[in-house]
Amino acid sequence: MLTRRIIPCLDVRDGRVVKGKKFMDIVDVDDPEALGAFYSGAGADELVFYDITASNEARKISLEFIEKVATRINIPFSVGGGVNTIEDFTQILRKGADKVSINSAAVKTPGLITEASLKFGAQCVVLSMDVKWVADGKWRVFIHGGRVDTGLDAVAWAKEGVALGAGELVINSIDADGMKQGYDIELLKAITDQVGVPVIASGGAGKMADFSEAVLKADVDGVLAASVFHYREIEIEALKQDMKRKGIQVRI
Amino acid sequence: MKVIVDYGLGNLKSLQTALTGQGIETVITRDSRMIETADVIFLPGVGAFRDAITSLRSDGLDQVIRDSHDKGAYIVGICLGMQLLYEWSYENGSYQGLGLIPGEIVKLVKMPKIPHMGWNDLTLVGEDPLTKYLKDGDYVYFVHSYYASSSGEEILACTHYGERIPAIVRRGNTIGFQFHPEKSGAVGVRLLKALGEMIG
Repeated sequence: MLTRRIIPCLDVRDGRVVKGKKFMDIVDVDDPEALGAFYSGAGADELVFYDITASNEARKISLEFIEKVATRINIPFSVGGGVNTIEDFTQILRKGADKVSINSAAVKTPGLITEASLKFGAQCVVLSMDVKWVADGKWRVFIHGGRVDTGLDAVAWAKEGVALGAGELVINSIDADGMKQGYDIELLKAITDQVGVPVIASGGAGKMADFSEAVLKADVDGVLAASVFHYREIEIEALKQDMKRKGIQVRI
Repeated sequence: MKVIVDYGLGNLKSLQTALTGQGIETVITRDSRMIETADVIFLPGVGAFRDAITSLRSDGLDQVIRDSHDKGAYIVGICLGMQLLYEWSYENGSYQGLGLIPGEIVKLVKMPKIPHMGWNDLTLVGEDPLTKYLKDGDYVYFVHSYYASSSGEEILACTHYGERIPAIVRRGNTIGFQFHPEKSGAVGVRLLKALGEMIG
């Protein structure tokens, strides 16, 4: 059976990993290649690198880490952050990433999803969405790092993104992010009920039970987290054993 | 010489690196003279069926590959490359493949989520040097929306996603992997080790 995926997310700035202070036992703690290899060996099913380099010029240099990661690790990985054009897709995939995730640019230029999907295949195109619950009882899509309300309904945008050609969705809850109180189950369920592509939960993981809850209650295909892995509050192997005990198919 | 055929569609470095790790040295090329003289021809797994077969035909590489096959060269297809080995594909149309294995490529329809993307387990069928380091339940990484529908005689390992999906196939000197061994962690490494021992 197809397993649920455990996905550590690494923020990269100027070609170096931000966070990761608890990895002092690794020689080069902020090297994307070394940290990627560590996670791959620790049982991660997939990795996400999110480039937060500020300027477009600096990002071109920053993204050179992709080639090194691609030759070092033998599990799939995606790259996101600052992806605005079909040329960005081409560059990132050519350097060896398996998937590219788009966020703000997809809202501004939805045709980009379709163009990328036709050119590279839907499996390469990940639509990442930052979602926040607003006062009128709806989930809305926010862009530019959660600062701008697009007015788009999250469930409607998820469906549209898939119709346009996205092969996977990453749903990041702004409300849950950083709170360590668990994923936004209601939001995730509202989306998995409506789309026919894999959905990855993001934002809110604090303890092992949170991961299983997202799978069991919201039927997500993968669970993404950053700090609980980077600060070694949760070890991936132990997490997988915990999920397996709860009847979830995982790769062990 | 061993070659990875470049259809001009994407990154082939990960595959090349993984092969090198098992002592399989390759050259990435689309030069028909080089491909003609190769004793092993890898067809990688990037892009859509139509684009890949069109790219091969435009330089007459489809015939070069078939001729090499007839002369005994190993033809190894990965993901889309495996699908190219069959007779027909119905991916967004109807396209003739290389025809080295009887069967056709059809869309996955029985599961609610397509593509079939992620880690799935293998069930081994029979014995073969290619699968000697693998065992039932080993997980490998799949990404595909179409699969090979055939009599099944060529299957060495399959997985299940709504239906039986040929995962490792072999017909004489023609070999195919529906998943990505270069992205399949330690299991992928074991498979490529066996492949390396087989193809020298």
